[in-house]
Formats: sequence, structure tokens, C-alpha cells
Amino acid sequence: MEIVIRELLNGNVIFWIFCLITIGGAAYVLFSKNVLYASYGLLVSFLGVAGIFVFAGGEFVSAAQIMIYIGGILVLLIFGIMLSSNKKAGKNYLKIENVDMPLSLGYAVGLSLIIILLIVKTKFDTANLKPLQHIKNLGYDLMTDSVLVLEIVGVLLLMALIGATFIAKNDE
Amino acid sequence: MEFILLIKGLIILTIFALSLGIAAYETYFERVIAAYIQDRVGPDRAGPFGILQPLADAGKLFFKEDFIPTLADKGLFIIGPGIAMLTALMSSAVIPFGDTLLIKGQYIPVQGMDVNIGILWVFGIVSLGVYGILIGGWASNNKYSLYGAIRAASQNISYELAMGITLLSVIVVTGSLSIRTIVGLQHGIDWNIFYQPVGFLIFVTCSLAECNRTPFDLPESENELVAGYHTEYGSMKLGLYLFSEYVNMFISSAIIASLFLGAYNYPGMDFVHSFLTGKLGESFGHNLATVLGILVYILKIFFFIFVFMWVRWTLPRFKYDQLMNMAWKWMMPLSIVNLIIVAAAELSPYPLLFNYIGLAIFAFLYFGSRTVYNNKKSKL
Amino acid sequence: MVSQFGFVLLFMIAGIFLVLLVLGIARILRPSRPNPEKNAIYESGEETEGTAHVSFNLRFYIVALIFILFDVELVLLFPWASVFGDKALFDDTKGVWAIYAGIEMFIFVFVLALGLVYAWKKGHLDWIKPSQEETNFKSPVPKELYKDINEKYA
Repeated sequence: MEIVIRELLNGNVIFWIFCLITIGGAAYVLFSKNVLYASYGLLVSFLGVAGIFVFAGGEFVSAAQIMIYIGGILVLLIFGIMLSSNKKAGKNYLKIENVDMPLSLGYAVGLSLIIILLIVKTKFDTANLKPLQHIKNLGYDLMTDSVLVLEIVGVLLLMALIGATFIAKNDE
Repeated sequence: MEFILLIKGLIILTIFALSLGIAAYETYFERVIAAYIQDRVGPDRAGPFGILQPLADAGKLFFKEDFIPTLADKGLFIIGPGIAMLTALMSSAVIPFGDTLLIKGQYIPVQGMDVNIGILWVFGIVSLGVYGILIGGWASNNKYSLYGAIRAASQNISYELAMGITLLSVIVVTGSLSIRTIVGLQHGIDWNIFYQPVGFLIFVTCSLAECNRTPFDLPESENELVAGYHTEYGSMKLGLYLFSEYVNMFISSAIIASLFLGAYNYPGMDFVHSFLTGKLGESFGHNLATVLGILVYILKIFFFIFVFMWVRWTLPRFKYDQLMNMAWKWMMPLSIVNLIIVAAAELSPYPLLFNYIGLAIFAFLYFGSRTVYNNKKSKL
Repeated sequence: MVSQFGFVLLFMIAGIFLVLLVLGIARILRPSRPNPEKNAIYESGEETEGTAHVSFNLRFYIVALIFILFDVELVLLFPWASVFGDKALFDDTKGVWAIYAGIEMFIFVFVLALGLVYAWKKGHLDWIKPSQEETNFKSPVPKELYKDINEKYA
């Protein structure tokens, strides 16, 4: 009993629960036959990831995850799904059909391998980690070392805005 | 350690009870204020002055039959109101209700939790608030509900941007995202509202829009969409939707009061604190001063709740194009201008003075160029 | 820090518990006598026609698209805002820091504003209004009156 309480206080159990939530949500996305349900599975998965970020000491990244992914991209996704209903498909417009199974499987496996490779190859500098004052460190870094990156991101976002609205407008 | 845990648990329970209780009595106040503004009596049957009306309403909602339409998506239909209520309650965790309590030589802050991203946490939860309505509205399989839900989602995300940029101008001044620090820097009457009046106005307007209150209650506008996103709902599920709206109202009032009006700070608080600690001893005096601060904060919150209701019975509803124009063509540019002025004034030796100078310069430029443009147009 | 966020978790669990409790109590107390009439979708008293899951105006989608991009910029602005007014650094660098950070951010915000101006000029932010048609109805009220009012509140 005492061990259980200690582990709970250490946060280990909760960390694994968040991992389970993330993986469970992702697995639901994978196996669900309904696009809309799948997107809600993605919501659960994103929430789990936000929880894991908190454990990694990145509260700001966690909040950003909630704001951008859940509050923005997923809303767009759901809008897209709701928008794409048409008379022809009728009631089945939410049904997922896997087209070109081997090809997409290849893509998925390839991308996952690249990500795993990146994670394994990267040397994380855990010795100089500053978990406290996380946002301020990020701010100083963005203002000094990564200032070019920041401005490039700004221009990139502008380009994305112009491109995306152009394409969406053309569809209308 | 266990002692602090116990106190914290008690605080959490209190915050829960407080936000729910205030939300319940907001419904009563709304009716009383509506009655006062429309010059009629209002609720007066349940208890003296109708004070038990919220209980009667809740009882009615509990005993009403609840049916799920056959064509509706059963699971999502039940989850929708639950999520709406949950997201409404979650953000109350970071509201700093008061200063510290001195118990057995330990200073314990009167707050659920003081995370260093407090305000971002609230902002994240606000962006989650879309889902309760979106899920419920879609699952009802009703045309009115779907339109209401989509309107709500679109409106919420539009006003979130102006709100976020205004938040930035508050953070520029305070340099911290923790709400407790932001409140602590507004000691006495050094409130943010005097430094950025425009930001305050934008923030209040955006909060009205985020809470789906009149004049932004397009998602449930009764003369076009029956009841909007909760057309198909009844019984306690409807109750959860209505209740979440009132909880949201309470929390946004609390956030406005803590960001711009200094929460539990009031002029002369240092004098009161030293007077009380001198007369009643270190521990009791400090605690009494804190309780006074909490009362001041609750007073401010109630003032904003009153403003919300006052606005509801004063302004007519916007049209959807007006609403979108206001979000993107007025609020967004204005909040960016406000951010630039506040940031520039922060560099100067006298932020307060330079803020107003900046605002005056902007107003001069804007109205001047508009007059010149209009004159040119009329000459042509 | 985790312990602070532990309270968030406690809050979340308590919230879920509360919602379930309320719905559970309501389930026990309320009657349940469904019939096909009750369970029909409400459509102002008419028979329900077709499904509600129709495709809606693309404009909502475009607004969400524009929102995401500004949201990302907004998130990137938060770290800047928390270090911009740093008094210690301001004194150390004799104000150079603040001017430097200010100019950097001004460029960033300028790009953001440029995006807004683009979307504005292209009409992505305009909402379609229904076109008004003239009728043959002869009203005793002169048309100029309506016109004046429409222009006044346009």
C-alpha cells in the first residue's frame, strides 16, 4: 500500500496512465471505421501528449500543444470532415475506406522509422536542463540565438496563409 | 507535507463549491436584474424574495424526462454537455482567490494551484471549450443544432486571437504568466486597467463573445435557430449546458478582475494589514486581512457579472457578418496596435504617461487619416 | 512542479466525477417513457426532412484556416512577452536589449499584420450577405426613407 502511494506521489503511475491515454487514442484513430470518431480519438491522444509534456518539464510546450493542436488544427479537421459530406455518399460519408493499403502502410512505417532514428541519434543535453523559468529561457533563446529561425517562421507562416487560403478559395 | 495537502484539498473543494454556488445564484441574479431592467417583479415565489429559485430550477431539471432522438449519435450526445461542463470548471483551478493564509507559521496561498503558466492554462481551456458545443450540436442530428455549433466554434476561435494578443500586452507589463504574480504586481491601486484601458475593453468584449453571451449569442439565437446547439437537449443534459455558461461567466469575470483590476488588491490594503496585525496579532490579523481581500475580489467579480447581464438587456444581437467583421477587422488590428503601444511605453521611464500619449497619437492618426480620406472621397 | 499539476489532475478527476454524479442522479430520478413522436428530431413541428449533416459554407473552414496560422504566431509571441520587460537585462545592456527585442518583435508582428491585410484585401474575412431583390409592391412609404436608414446603419 505504501509503495503504491509513494509511486503515485512520484508521478510514475500517472506518467504511465498518460502514455496509455496517448497510445489508446492513437490506436483508436487507427482502427476506427468512422472519420469523426477517429478525430475525437486524436483529441484524446493530443491531450495525453500534453500531459507527457508536463512531466518532461515543458509546461509551455504543453499549453502550446493544447492551443495549437487541439484548439486549432483539430477544429479545422472536424470542420473539414463536416464540410465534406455530400448527397452521393449519403449516410456513409463518415466511413473510412483504406485505399492502397500497402502504399500507405509503407509510408507510415517509413516515417515512423525516420522519427525513431532521429530520437535515437539525437544527444539530449540533460545536464544543462533548466526546468524552472522554462518560458523565460525560451524567450531569451528566441531573441538571441534563434532569432533568424523566428523571423523565417514568421515569413513561412505568411506564405502558408496565402497558399492555404488561395487553395481553399479556388475550391469554392 | 500532509498538512499542506489537506489544506490544498480543502481549498479545491471550496473552489468547486464556490464556482458552482455562484453559478447557481447567477441564474437568480440574471432574472432579478432582467426584472429590474424591464420594470417587473421577477422571481418571488420560491422562498423570501425568490431566493430558493435556483434550487427549484435544479429540481425541475432533475425530474424532467430526457429522451435521446433516434437519429442522434447516442454516445456523443451524452458526452457533449459533460465536456462543456468539465471545461467550464477546469479553469477555476488557477484563479487566485486571495493572498496567503498564515496557519501554524506557514503561509498558504488561497489558490487551487499556482503554476507558472497559469494564464496560458486558462487560455488553453478556453480553446477546449469549443468542443462541448461542437460535439453536442453535431450529435443531435438537427439542422438548427449543427448551425449553432458551427457558429459557436467559428466565433470562439475568431475572438480567441484578439483575446490572446491583449493577454500578451498584460504579460509584457508583468513579465510573468503566473496569475498570482500578475496580481501581486498590481499592489494597492496600481491596476492594469489604468495602464491599458483599450486592452481592458477588448478583453471584456472578447470574454462576452467567448461565453456566447448577448450581443454575441448567435449560437443560440432563438429567432433563427430555435434554441441553437441545445435544441434537442432536455433534462439535466440541458442543465449542464446552461450551467456551464454561467460557470464560464463567473470564471471570465474572475479572470478580468485579476488581470486588469488587481483581484484582491484594493487601495489602503497595506494600512489595513498593518492595523489588523498590530491589533489582533500576527496570525489572526494577517488572516483577517486576507479574508477582506477575498471579499473585495468577490465584489469585483460580481460587478463584472452584473456588467455581463446589463449588456444582455441593453444591446441587441449582432448579425453574423457584423460579428466576424468586428473580430477580424476591429478587434485584431486594435489589439495589435495596443500591444505595440504598451510595449513601447514599457521601455519609457513613465509607462502610464507614455501609454496615453501613444493612444492619443494613434487616435489622432486614425481619425485624421479617416477625415482626410473622407474629404478626398467627397471631392471626387 | 508536478505536484502543482497534480492538483490539476485532481481537479479534472473531481470534475468528471461531478458530471457523472449529476447525470447519474438525474437518470435515477426522471421518468422514461419514450415514443416515436418524442424521439423525432425537432424541425419546427414539421416532419423531419433528410439528415442534418449537410455541408455548410466553406467560409467557416477558411476562417479556421486563418486562425491556426495566427494561433501559431500568438504562441511564439508568449515567450517574447515574458522576457521583453526584463528590468535587470535592460539595465545591464543600457537599454540595447529592449530596443533589439522590440525591433525583432516588431518585424514579426508586422509579418503577422501583413497576413491579416492580405486576408482582408482578398475578401476572406467578408461574410456573404444575401442579395436584395426589388419587388413590385407599391408602398406608401417613399423608398428614399428606407435608403437613408440602410445607408445610416450599413
